[in-house]
Amino acid sequence: MKAIVFIEKNPVTGKLRNVSIELTHKAYTLSNPFKGEVVGVFAGDALPGNTDELFRFGMSRLLYFIDARLKHLHSIAFKHTFVEMIRSEEPDIVLFGATHTGRDIAPLIASSLKTGLTADCTQLYIEDYKNKGKILYQVRPAFGGNILATIITPDHRPMMASVREGVMLLPEERLNHPVKMEPFTIDFNESWVKSEFLSVIPKVKKVDFGSANIIISGGAGVGSAENFRLIRDLANALKGEVGASRAAVDFGFAEKDHQIGQTGSVVRPMLYIACGISGQIQHRAGMEESQKIIAINKDPEAPIFNIAHMGIVGDLNEIIPVMLRYLKEEG
Amino acid sequence: MKKIVVLAKQVPDTANITGNAMKEDGTVNRAALPAIFNPEDLNALEMALTIKDKIGGEVIVITMGPPKAAEILKHSLYMGADHVMLITDRKFAAADTLATSFVLAETIRQFGEVDLVLAGRQAIDGDTAQVGPQVADKIGFNQITYVSALKEFDDNYLIVERDGEVQTEVIKTGYPALLTITSQVNTPRYPNCRRMLQYFRADVKDNFSNSELSTAVANGWVIPTYSLDDLKLDEERCGLKGSPTKVHKIKSIMLKGGDLKIYGTGQTDIKQLVRDIMKVYVEVH
Repeated sequence: MKAIVFIEKNPVTGKLRNVSIELTHKAYTLSNPFKGEVVGVFAGDALPGNTDELFRFGMSRLLYFIDARLKHLHSIAFKHTFVEMIRSEEPDIVLFGATHTGRDIAPLIASSLKTGLTADCTQLYIEDYKNKGKILYQVRPAFGGNILATIITPDHRPMMASVREGVMLLPEERLNHPVKMEPFTIDFNESWVKSEFLSVIPKVKKVDFGSANIIISGGAGVGSAENFRLIRDLANALKGEVGASRAAVDFGFAEKDHQIGQTGSVVRPMLYIACGISGQIQHRAGMEESQKIIAINKDPEAPIFNIAHMGIVGDLNEIIPVMLRYLKEEG
Repeated sequence: MKKIVVLAKQVPDTANITGNAMKEDGTVNRAALPAIFNPEDLNALEMALTIKDKIGGEVIVITMGPPKAAEILKHSLYMGADHVMLITDRKFAAADTLATSFVLAETIRQFGEVDLVLAGRQAIDGDTAQVGPQVADKIGFNQITYVSALKEFDDNYLIVERDGEVQTEVIKTGYPALLTITSQVNTPRYPNCRRMLQYFRADVKDNFSNSELSTAVANGWVIPTYSLDDLKLDEERCGLKGSPTKVHKIKSIMLKGGDLKIYGTGQTDIKQLVRDIMKVYVEVH
């Protein structure tokens, strides 16, 4: 069971994206019981600064192709490069981070290789399938997160899947694989470069869910962009981060960067306070692993109360100001 | 004059699952969900119409789905599409993204020189974001995904912004190209009143009686449908047969009851809640 992992660099920091490390470890746990190996593939204008990290989480080799023309996301050029790398390795499995880059290139590669690709998997495991030997079972939410579908690619290779950042967890322990970097040569065709990148503007990161222990989120029930200030005030008082449901973002109460859920970020803080969020599955997919969940909602039947540990049934616009006052008193 | 194809999909409204749409066992009652125009496909159609309005051209909306999907094509006509096509055949059922993109790409190829293909970034029922790129691969167009703004365009090029997660990329491309569009790009226009009057009877051929049909054809009310045979496609590459991925099993997500402590809304209750929150707060800070 040989697995390839698409290795991605954060173009702003020049370091590996976390999802690349997470998937290296996942690929290792999938392939190692069957004496497989994990091979990374990277293409870009320069290697990520911390590629050694990959070998501590189970990578055996890293194939790389460096070319100045790959500084930007020239989708067609990346596709050709990775298709050649994959063909040369003949893996059983290929994993991608479901980032805006991975989701751009992976479907092109699957189309070229005429194989299956399963997006945004939340679980991956290997089991026997009929008489076809061991295959990859790919579990993903679909239908707005209301169902969990297990998808298989029984007759085609490689079996390709993407996984979002933060979904697969890293272990405490480190491995000690020797660092093996293998340059890959391809005959780069100028016609693969079809776009011109006029400028690139780094985004100012407004939201940092990764290091937030406390997240306070608002939903449609907040009522207005003005009322959403209460959510920010509560977040300030608790030194937490501000989250929002898709509805709150769609209504313009909060910016898209704050969105939590199947189509936003996946978070698992120590404490999650859901204010005016009904708890549709699409939202829960992004937060239900939180250690403690507090729900404030007017509707006692709101599904959020089914997963909450603490709850208040009432109007958040009355309750939060009282909470803020007591928080001040408690210091 | 540009020939612009918009790829659209009719989807269940998964974003608005209300209490009524939940069954007793906590799973979703799909039948209770309305079918809607996939939201980001509306943004794609709006972009196509914006380009047409300025530099001229022809906007063709293509969807693959059951006959009911003609509803979104009718809406496209209301908004200003010049032509619509419904690709429908039982043999296309259960297609994954590879088989779907094969059919869409073949359709685009067969209907002549296309300059631009626009599609929503992803459909809200599957959320895969794969069909657009897989069409681009098959028709050999340049691809830009996650387009978040249309900055500038003329007969020779387009300049768009792409949402690259950690950065915004300003990209120039010539034609032909395929772009996938996010909701940030624009606000889709309302249906045009005159066009609504013109097309309110638009439907697939089977829904007209024989006596009505000639009037319907004369008025442009018949939404053209294309089957596997019409498109002369290889059945092995369509529908379930042409799909490398198979659904092994489906599990409806049930709402599970947890240990829930409910606080009252009195001052002392809220004070107690704040104290309980502070316990967690002290642990983490």
